[in-house]
Amino acid sequence: MTWEWDVIWKYFPRLLEGAWLTMELVLISGLIGIALAIPLALMRASKLPWIKALPFTYIYFFRGTPLLVQIFLVYYGASQFEVVRESFLWPVLKQPYWCAIIAFSLNTAAYSAELFRSAIQAIPVGEIEAAEAMGMSKNVQIRRIIMPRAFGIALPAYGNEVILMLKGSALASTITLLDLTGMARTIIARTYTPLEMFLAAGVVYLAISALIIALFRFMEYRFNRYQYYHHADTPADLDPQLRDPHIDQK
Amino acid sequence: MMKIRKVLAAAALIAGGLLTAQMATAGDKIRIATEGAYAPFNMVDSSGELIGFDVEIAKALCAQMQADCEIVAQDWDGIIPGLRARKYDAIVASMSITEERMRVVDFSEKYYSNVLAFVTPEGSDIVVTKEGLKGKTVGAQRATIAGQYLEDNLGDVVNVKLYDTQDNAYLDLATGRLDALLSDKFPAYDWLRSDDGKGFAFNGEDIDINDEIGIAVRKGDSLKNKFSAAIKAIVADGTYAKINEKYFPFSIY
Amino acid sequence: MDLQGFGHLLISGTWVTIQLALSSLLVGLVFGLTGAAAKLSKNPIARWLATGYTTLVRGLPELLLVLTIYFGGSQLLMWIAGSFGYTEYIEIGPFVAGVAALSIAFGAYATEVFRMAMMEIPQGQWESGLACGMSRSRTFFRIILPQVWRLAIPGLGNLFQVLLKDTALVSVVGLNDIMRQSQVAISSTKEPFTFFMVAACIYLLLTAATTAFTMFMERAANPAARGNRG
Repeated sequence: MTWEWDVIWKYFPRLLEGAWLTMELVLISGLIGIALAIPLALMRASKLPWIKALPFTYIYFFRGTPLLVQIFLVYYGASQFEVVRESFLWPVLKQPYWCAIIAFSLNTAAYSAELFRSAIQAIPVGEIEAAEAMGMSKNVQIRRIIMPRAFGIALPAYGNEVILMLKGSALASTITLLDLTGMARTIIARTYTPLEMFLAAGVVYLAISALIIALFRFMEYRFNRYQYYHHADTPADLDPQLRDPHIDQK
Repeated sequence: MMKIRKVLAAAALIAGGLLTAQMATAGDKIRIATEGAYAPFNMVDSSGELIGFDVEIAKALCAQMQADCEIVAQDWDGIIPGLRARKYDAIVASMSITEERMRVVDFSEKYYSNVLAFVTPEGSDIVVTKEGLKGKTVGAQRATIAGQYLEDNLGDVVNVKLYDTQDNAYLDLATGRLDALLSDKFPAYDWLRSDDGKGFAFNGEDIDINDEIGIAVRKGDSLKNKFSAAIKAIVADGTYAKINEKYFPFSIY
Repeated sequence: MDLQGFGHLLISGTWVTIQLALSSLLVGLVFGLTGAAAKLSKNPIARWLATGYTTLVRGLPELLLVLTIYFGGSQLLMWIAGSFGYTEYIEIGPFVAGVAALSIAFGAYATEVFRMAMMEIPQGQWESGLACGMSRSRTFFRIILPQVWRLAIPGLGNLFQVLLKDTALVSVVGLNDIMRQSQVAISSTKEPFTFFMVAACIYLLLTAATTAFTMFMERAANPAARGNRG
């Protein structure tokens, strides 16, 4: 077997171009995904069955089907209908770039909504009762207490979701986009060096994952800073009524 | 002990039987593989029969060689390994003669030549030259000669889109995502003639990329020369032209 | 819904998808158990290898794995076989490439599931097995594995759902699964939305069936809890 290092060096700049598109896709669909996931999660956490039903169906569909089907439904499926092709949406749906973003956003929104829902339900009841006792309205509670707390609780799991999005973004290459995988495939069609180019692409993917992991570690440290405070030991002779069980546990 | 001997004897019998059966078929028959998924060259009709240009050429060649032939379907990915494993003796499946394949199999002389052509919507005002295509979106199937040609010759001026399958490229041509499509000419001709291809047409001259299609046989097999001679003979006596005519109104030799 | 005579094609595609998923599951479970055993072993090289395996696979797109094995696998295998003096041409078809890629991916995540489950088993279980005169391997298969299995089923069920959805990727290299057959149907009907939607519904049915089966397995593997749930 001949191993061609020079092919890797020669085409590496083009791979990096692809990597840039990959990161752009992940970032933009990640942000849109969060924006969609928050209302979905709040609806899912609701106690009213008719409010819960809609996000449930949405989440069930997007978590139960392959991302490849979803991306093909948006890219090829939408164009089946004359109405869509005549409408103001077509200039957007015509472009594979936006189709990929739409599919990835809808997909990650479904997964993130479940993460946020379980985070919302993991907030200690006492904290919400305390907010109520302070006279906060439901809206203020959501903005000041529920969202920030849920975000902190969901952060580590959300970091995993972003890594999964990164891996899923490789599917952009199936609708002609030249993301990292698409770029590698296009180069290989000419150079016939699949092992070399896919290895190089793999290394770039691992580097991006490492970057994402580091970013989330840092954010978690900043966001959940209270967990990292070192509490002074409670004096042994403290009046039992003043003891805080949370601190004693640590 | 007796038991083992019996088993051995039975095994020997079965093996012997298989061997003679194998030799019998290998002696009288030429087994030819085709893919059955590349219209109009090789495909399967509704009754499961293999049909198409390749199949008819294969039959004509066998008639010419006065050989008894059997045509079998084989997936593209396993088609060369199957030949080497002696599942069949020749491949007539629109296979381009390439250096890579020449390393593992021998090829007869060409039995047709592949050319490329642009397809655009009917009445499109695009001129398929480097100038005319500037800034347009042109598609092709990834990892095909058409895709490579597009990248190498027009990659700097047009927006190249590469598809995993030819069908996906057709879909995007139909929805207007593509201004033009570059493809192997003959399958595209077949598509243009079908209902799906209504409203589209070839645009501009054929592009000759020196792509010859041959019959693959095992390395060193004397069938190579027999096939080459038979191809010459059916071209000379008009049999080839008759088959050609059934599929294309122009010569593809 | 009018499938225009393509129903049988979709059924054959579904069958291919199921075969691919089950084959990858079997191979993947072997990878997962081996990986977990390596991670918990006392041998630092085994631990290092297993950690490398899980870290690499969890950062690489599954599509990239499928493509690498399909397009580069035969080159790699021939190189390995060549060093043993075997020079025949080796070809890797889409099904084999798919099983290889999906089981490698499944195995990496399953390693973690099995490792967690193995760590849950108290050391005393090992000791009592040995005290009864069982060999280490017999203790593992008779005492430890059934319990690990029970603890691992919910996690493995989730992973199998991911695997099932990832089988769609193998259509990209030409396997005639649900996705590919839908595309065949679309190429003659020109109705991408209809057929991709049908494909989506088949996948939903398969994932729902998997959920039901996982719940059944959880009960079957846990005789103690069966009575409580009625």
